[in-house]
Amino acid sequence: MANNTYDAIVVGSGISGGWAAKELTEKGLKVLMLERGHHIEHVKDYAETNKPSWEYPHRGGRTQKMIDEYPVLKRDYPLNERNLSFWAVDKDSPYVEKKPFGWFRGYHTGGRSLMWGRQSYRLSDLDFEANAKDGIAVDWPIRYKDIEPWYTYAEKFAGISGSKEGLPHLPDGHYLPPMDMNIVEQTVASRIKEHYNNKRTMFIGRTANLTQTIPGRPSPCQYRNICSNGCPFGGYFSTQSSTLPAANATGNLTLRTFSIVTDIIYDKNTKKAKGVRVLDARTNEALEFNSKIVFLCASTFNSTAILMRSATDIWPDGLGSSSGELGHNVMDHHLKLGASGDMEGFDDKYYSGFRPNGIYIPRFRNLPGDEKRNYLRGFGYQGSGSRQNWSRQVAELSIGADLKEALSEPGKWTMGIGGFGEMLPYHENKITISKDTKDKWGIPVLEFDVEFKENELNMRKDMVADAVEMLTVAGVKNVKGQDQGCEPGWGIHEMGTARMGRDPKTSVLNSNNQVWDCQNVFVTDGSFMTSASCVNPSLTYMAMTARAADFAVKELKKGNI
Amino acid sequence: MNRRELLKMVAAATGSVMIGGEFLLSGCKGNPDSAPVPFTEESIAYLDEIAETIIPQTTTAGAKAAGVGRFMTVMVNDCYTKEDQEIFHKGLNILDDACDKMHGVGFMKATPKQRKQLLIAVDKETKDYVKKQADAVNVQGQKEKQGQERNTNDFKKQALPNHYFQQLKQLAIFGYFTSEKGRTESLRYTPVPGKFEGVIDYKKGDKAFAGLT
Repeated sequence: MANNTYDAIVVGSGISGGWAAKELTEKGLKVLMLERGHHIEHVKDYAETNKPSWEYPHRGGRTQKMIDEYPVLKRDYPLNERNLSFWAVDKDSPYVEKKPFGWFRGYHTGGRSLMWGRQSYRLSDLDFEANAKDGIAVDWPIRYKDIEPWYTYAEKFAGISGSKEGLPHLPDGHYLPPMDMNIVEQTVASRIKEHYNNKRTMFIGRTANLTQTIPGRPSPCQYRNICSNGCPFGGYFSTQSSTLPAANATGNLTLRTFSIVTDIIYDKNTKKAKGVRVLDARTNEALEFNSKIVFLCASTFNSTAILMRSATDIWPDGLGSSSGELGHNVMDHHLKLGASGDMEGFDDKYYSGFRPNGIYIPRFRNLPGDEKRNYLRGFGYQGSGSRQNWSRQVAELSIGADLKEALSEPGKWTMGIGGFGEMLPYHENKITISKDTKDKWGIPVLEFDVEFKENELNMRKDMVADAVEMLTVAGVKNVKGQDQGCEPGWGIHEMGTARMGRDPKTSVLNSNNQVWDCQNVFVTDGSFMTSASCVNPSLTYMAMTARAADFAVKELKKGNI
Repeated sequence: MNRRELLKMVAAATGSVMIGGEFLLSGCKGNPDSAPVPFTEESIAYLDEIAETIIPQTTTAGAKAAGVGRFMTVMVNDCYTKEDQEIFHKGLNILDDACDKMHGVGFMKATPKQRKQLLIAVDKETKDYVKKQADAVNVQGQKEKQGQERNTNDFKKQALPNHYFQQLKQLAIFGYFTSEKGRTESLRYTPVPGKFEGVIDYKKGDKAFAGLT
């Protein structure tokens, strides 16, 4: 068994798992990183990364066969011909929907760090104090000052480009030079600022794409904007481009793929985890690995599912369930709504290159001192201005050479923004382990019982109305607001189910991401989120993972865990 | 494809959505068991000529040289619903009959000028139809919104079937501007720009930039 023993086991290899592996190995621990899916080697395995449109049989589109085989993925943009191999196969990864829930997963080395949207924002005390002030759920056990140095630490390593804006509720970070806004975005930004007296602002998105090289990352972004196919230049942060090479460089990392963690081995005498049980996804062989600490970074619901399947002889609902909150408070961001329209003029301006980033309009509703809306919290917008391409409708042109010439040129300018709204943590929004449905490995699947409620639906009305108003005051014409409807899960920002808190009676994790009931197990993916904020969450997972790893190693050295 | 691009697509698609494309995120039913009607080499040649009439050779390659006819058959067979496949196949006969009615010859025997005249007429008829279709979708969308508290993704349910020439024109344009010839000759193809410049000067006649996909 000796070769199955490590200092630490990290379950999952996505954004959080990669960070855990990097931090723990750099601190000298021998680490085993377990990934349930196949390996994707940086650059070598990015099969579609240099493929032009005409080499795709359907030019990147979706076929009826794909629609039939991917009943979940088809619900939103992930189902397309370009990076299909990066998404988990629906039929191999079933789950039960008591209410509709779209679960879009990446089961391979790097997880969704390969396909993520890369927008990277800090939470603030507006977020960390929100639950306490609103008197809902439980209070976050940390404040901004606790995470601030870790945000800086994560940003420096990941390489985030952006501008400093001096906003109290969207703190500035350590940024590489910002990308440009185009002429229409600049115009809209200045008009919004002016109209709302600086109370609403718009600026270039903060994104994990390198605008210049940083140590260990020799190539900046090449502005191809096909990041989610994998980048041969390593131009954006992913496990493959960033944390995995760093962890490998220590000589302390062992990565094992096709390793589905079934449960944590809990020792009731020491009240600690001894390691994990693994099912080999190819051979169905059952294996055990031992370690002093375990980091669960298997993605929000899968980390919680592992806890639910562990130590059930002591706690029927699993390790960490003593509070009754394990699996509860599922959150996501609600989106697929906003507004768009045309911007007249600026025919003599264009832009070159394909920017993998858009603009950001940070939250402006329910800020301190403002009038209260008929909902709690708020939302931000992402979007962009651009000149239309050949796919536009040219109403005045019919067919022939005139149409061809017109479509060969850029069209009129359009500007669109889409909202990302905060979802509240509701105890009754939950995942549970199915009693009768199992996957092909015989592991019981998850059941989802999650819905948006009045707060989210009220917020959505403002999200459309405010988008229309802002574009209109910015001089955009033919502005159309649109709410396309949204299911929980479509934000692909799953959060909650093992929330942090101040009291073991009402939370699963403490302020250091330790499971209250088993202190050598840490959960540092989206599961720990006590509230959702309205900003993209991944940067917070990076910072919190690095913080928890630092704490864990110190505790190990002190002999406390 | 990411969320930002998607937003643009939705904006661009107002009025008429890409049939069978990824841009159409409808929950249309798959039909994996029914074999599609095969296309013959003859019908591919016919499709090439239709596409060439829509996107003709000028100083740059036209749709026929870009292989758009064959591409259309792949899209119709693999990406269209059964209903849209039927519309497409029937449409090819309808178009040929219309050509005969207008010019006294079938499409393949018609001159380029006759073909153009025909398609201009059919395009006009299609635009009127698509407008009617969009209005119907809007009305239906309003009704659905009023009828249910919670939104679903069914808002794009089509009240009227698609028009065959809407299909042909979309596929011709899509096929051409995603083809190698279309992208490298009629657009400024820049697979690896290396930099992004937010504001550059543009003068009428400059081609649009196009990336890898």
